Amino acid sequence: MATSSSLDAKIPQGPIETKWSKYKSSVPLVNPANKRNLEIIVVGTGLAGASAAATLAELGYKVKAFCFQDSPRRAHSIAAQGGINAAKNYQNDGDSIYRLFYDTIKGGDYRAREGNVHRLAEVSGNIIDQCVAAGVPFAREYGGLLSNRSFGGTQVQRTFYAAGQTGQQLLLGAYSGLQRQVGMGTVQMYNRHEMLDVVNIDGKCRGIIARNLITGELERHGGHAVLLCTGGYGNVFYLSTNAMGSNVTAAWKAHKKGAFFGNPCFTQIHPTCIPVSGEHQSKLTLMSESLRNDGRIWVPKAKNDTRPGNEIPENERDYYLERRYPAFGNLVPRDIASRAAKERCDAGYGVGTSKLAVFLDFAAAVDRYGHGEANKNNIANPSKEDIITWGKAVVKEKYGNLFDMYKQITGEDPYEVPMRIYPAVHYTMGGLWVDYNLMTTVPGLYALGEANFSDHGANRLGASALMQGLADGYFVIPYTIGSYLAKEIGTGKIPTDHEAFVQTEKEVKDRIDKLVSIQGKTSPELFHRRLGQIMWDKCGMARNAQGLKEAIVEIRALREEFWRDVKVMGTTTEFNPELDKAGRVADFIELGELMCIDALTREESCGGHFREEHQTEEGEALRDDENFMFVSAWEHKSIENWELHKEELIYDNIKIAQRSYK
Amino acid sequence: MSWFTQTLTSSIGKKLLMALTGLFLITFLVIHAGINAMIFYNDGGETFTHWGHFMGTNPIIRTLEIGLVAGFLIHIVDGLMLWKTNAAARPIGYKVSNPSANSTWYSRSMGLLGTLLLIFLVIHTAHFWIPNRSNQFATGEELNLYQMMLDIFQNPLVVLIYVLGCISLFWHLLHGFKSAFQTMGWNHIKYNGLVSFIGTAYSIVIPLLFALMPISIYFGWVS
Amino acid sequence: MSAGNMHIKLKVWRQSNTNKGGFEDYSLDGVSPDMSFLEMFDVLNEQLIEAGTEPVAFDHDCREGICGACSMYINGRPHGPLRGVTTCQLHMRSFNDGDTIVVEPWRAEAFPVIKDLVVDRDAFDRVIAAGGFISVNTGNAQDANSLPIPKEAADDAFSAAACIGCGACVAACKNASAMLFVSAKISQLALLPQGQAERSIRAEKMVAQMDAEGFGACTNTGACSAECPKEISMVNIARMNREYIGAKISSTAV
Repeated sequence: MATSSSLDAKIPQGPIETKWSKYKSSVPLVNPANKRNLEIIVVGTGLAGASAAATLAELGYKVKAFCFQDSPRRAHSIAAQGGINAAKNYQNDGDSIYRLFYDTIKGGDYRAREGNVHRLAEVSGNIIDQCVAAGVPFAREYGGLLSNRSFGGTQVQRTFYAAGQTGQQLLLGAYSGLQRQVGMGTVQMYNRHEMLDVVNIDGKCRGIIARNLITGELERHGGHAVLLCTGGYGNVFYLSTNAMGSNVTAAWKAHKKGAFFGNPCFTQIHPTCIPVSGEHQSKLTLMSESLRNDGRIWVPKAKNDTRPGNEIPENERDYYLERRYPAFGNLVPRDIASRAAKERCDAGYGVGTSKLAVFLDFAAAVDRYGHGEANKNNIANPSKEDIITWGKAVVKEKYGNLFDMYKQITGEDPYEVPMRIYPAVHYTMGGLWVDYNLMTTVPGLYALGEANFSDHGANRLGASALMQGLADGYFVIPYTIGSYLAKEIGTGKIPTDHEAFVQTEKEVKDRIDKLVSIQGKTSPELFHRRLGQIMWDKCGMARNAQGLKEAIVEIRALREEFWRDVKVMGTTTEFNPELDKAGRVADFIELGELMCIDALTREESCGGHFREEHQTEEGEALRDDENFMFVSAWEHKSIENWELHKEELIYDNIKIAQRSYK
Repeated sequence: MSWFTQTLTSSIGKKLLMALTGLFLITFLVIHAGINAMIFYNDGGETFTHWGHFMGTNPIIRTLEIGLVAGFLIHIVDGLMLWKTNAAARPIGYKVSNPSANSTWYSRSMGLLGTLLLIFLVIHTAHFWIPNRSNQFATGEELNLYQMMLDIFQNPLVVLIYVLGCISLFWHLLHGFKSAFQTMGWNHIKYNGLVSFIGTAYSIVIPLLFALMPISIYFGWVS
Repeated sequence: MSAGNMHIKLKVWRQSNTNKGGFEDYSLDGVSPDMSFLEMFDVLNEQLIEAGTEPVAFDHDCREGICGACSMYINGRPHGPLRGVTTCQLHMRSFNDGDTIVVEPWRAEAFPVIKDLVVDRDAFDRVIAAGGFISVNTGNAQDANSLPIPKEAADDAFSAAACIGCGACVAACKNASAMLFVSAKISQLALLPQGQAERSIRAEKMVAQMDAEGFGACTNTGACSAECPKEISMVNIARMNREYIGAKISSTAV
């Protein structure tokens, strides 16, 4: 591993409040006649991809969009539950662009870029306007205006939501905009297609090789710019809240073709997920952070207390978040809530059969809402039963679908007994390194949404992923791509018979043929599970040098074994999910190694990255701003060989402090 | 295609035609049942014949009868067309299906019930309407429908066919009545109960009244 | 972490490019009641791979009941025996030890089988592309709160918008009709003030596309709504009928 000089993020000069507006008014434009001749490839159709594809097509570019699912509407953005942040200050509770900017930087433990985050906060309001105009049915108050709730790491109510299905409603909104362009012929949609490599010509990204997942055919697609909107890589842990198909392949191929990978070790472990129930578990299910608005988290004060939660009396409960963080209580950021849960369980206070769970309890909320209903309806001296009935009804209206889901998965009724929850891998702050324009280190290759590293530092606040995905797609890329494409108007159509396309397609084909020819004994699924175990044990919620070093060795051995012993059924010329999976697992294995290297190199604790060697006496993360206030951007050199580039982080507007939620 | 044919040949348009003609036939059944029920006066057919004569000769009614025939034909032809489209929408069926878990058998069997009713309709018109109208056409004289009823319903097989026809009618109406309102877009929390109640009551009363006619004559309760 | 002890027999539809399809019988031991239905299929597939046979192909992604990818016809019902639940959220505790479970793909002319239990649902995308949107380009929107929407309308629109596009309605309908799916989108947008501008043309175009895709008509049996994992109401179909007929009568497109 070598390290080299710092990277230029191309952040515009000037005061933070005017960087973006000045940029917008000075960025080169492409005239409509030229737009028609410029082709843009968008890979992935989640919030970032769908919004980008639709918006760029509206502007007049020729767009090709790709997704591996059977329809763009299935992208995993759809599973986001709780909400989307925006600095609208509709609640008159003191919110502002600056506060959203500040909360996000602080929430990210001072490892995000000021310029990007301020821009995100600036456009956040436009996103809500756009979505409402597109018919997204956000929750509303009786007066007909939009409703808000609170999320972790903030003290204002700035989260817009649609029951527990906000991601679904936003994605379907973006999807309908995309389908509108598909209907008009300005976007060509390729579903059940997976991008398997990018094609660079003379140092610029000029297209992709995609595989038609139904026929197995490899296709060459040329474009003047390629946008990767392919989401995060949480599935490197095998068990995560990501969809089964979520993968790093597109980003990883780009990385191997020259795009630097930023902060790969920054992983978000979400504190409130349904605990693992058995060895055959294929994925973990999130219980929205919005539940922490009303739910209280606790464990019994005594170790090994096996009584059901509702039978443990109040004075024998430890509401440890409220105890440790009185100012934010149950609404501390995710990294802190997750570590606190792990700390209690490691200390022996966990509940449930696995002892790897804590309670999330709604009894207090039911009581509070029950009394509220009684007051609203002018009922004096209501009975205790009535209070509970009314309270449950209110809770049902707010969180009904989440409660139903919990019941369906666990077989327990959360209206009666407290939920059991435990942290699980949820989101990856790391991703392809991009500059202010969202361009990677390969000219013409962009990364948007969760696929890039840019806005959340070392920890993302709840309800900010949807915000970032739509900000990038709707409001950032349509401007920033102009600065590159303005110079491409003379390029002409990209020839897909160019040597680079031929060569790349051959590499892709050889790799696929190799995968099916090994015919070993172990399924891709089992390799994936083993990788996940290594990652969770040694690069999970807490990491140390010893474990990371071991993990790197183990992962290298696993990679070697994979290429010797993987067993892929079926052929390459048909619909073959096993083959798709094998390719993705192979990329996850390589990524896992880089994540461990990054985690080992970052000798500090910050946000979701917790190095056991670096903590305060109270067990809080201990940053080292002196030596690590930079973004790690890794350049792939060859197998097992990366070079670290650093992007220094400069805070002109925010005073660096130890993050405190006490 | 003009917008009009386009509308009527669309899936919703075809359904609308079924609903409108169905409701029209439902109103016809009220009149048909009402007048036939005159036999229960048991006055040797006097009241019945009086009204039967009115219906058979009044020029307005006779004109409306053309509409009635058209209503039947449209309902039947449109129904067959729907049956064809719907069958084509699933060329390969399920090997194992458990539809009773999500719907009533009679709502799924409107085509079958309709076909049974069509067969019954052929038999029924062959018994009464066709001979009477052809006689009117040929001679200008009406037949004695009351006497014909008394004769025809002496045959227990005929009575059985009529009763079976009425049972088919009951199931057909039980779904058809409500379904017609849903198709016309009439689905409102305030009025659904009313539609459902009237639909069920209608589906019981009308077929029951009809069924009682051959039965009463056969057993000599009406003579 | 208890390993399960249920024994399950499966009859699964297998089909590929080279064969027209038929049932295969499988037998599984050690099924845990806490497993999801798809996890049971994962176990089956591991078993098949070990035995050197091709695993069963089936669509799935989020496994939390929201993406709409999973699509199995289980014991004669889309998404299996429970109401309001997708296949991925169905758990083996809903079955008994020793049960035989029959699994088939969605069946409809508009949903051709790709392989085994995987079908092509592009028809839904094309119906949405025909008009299931509000034509508002990015950047044109006014302030979100400048347009108050009565809570009831917003809630009703949300209930319709909860559709996940899985196609269970088509699979359940004896006519393979897509009216519940189409009406959910038409309803959502017709209920909101933002959707008014294109209200007529939307209903006309979406219904025309639905018919062109080869879906059947509605017999109002209610099977679609009863099997819908998001419990979308038949009220939406009635509303679509009103919207369509109203549009056809009043619009100036001849």
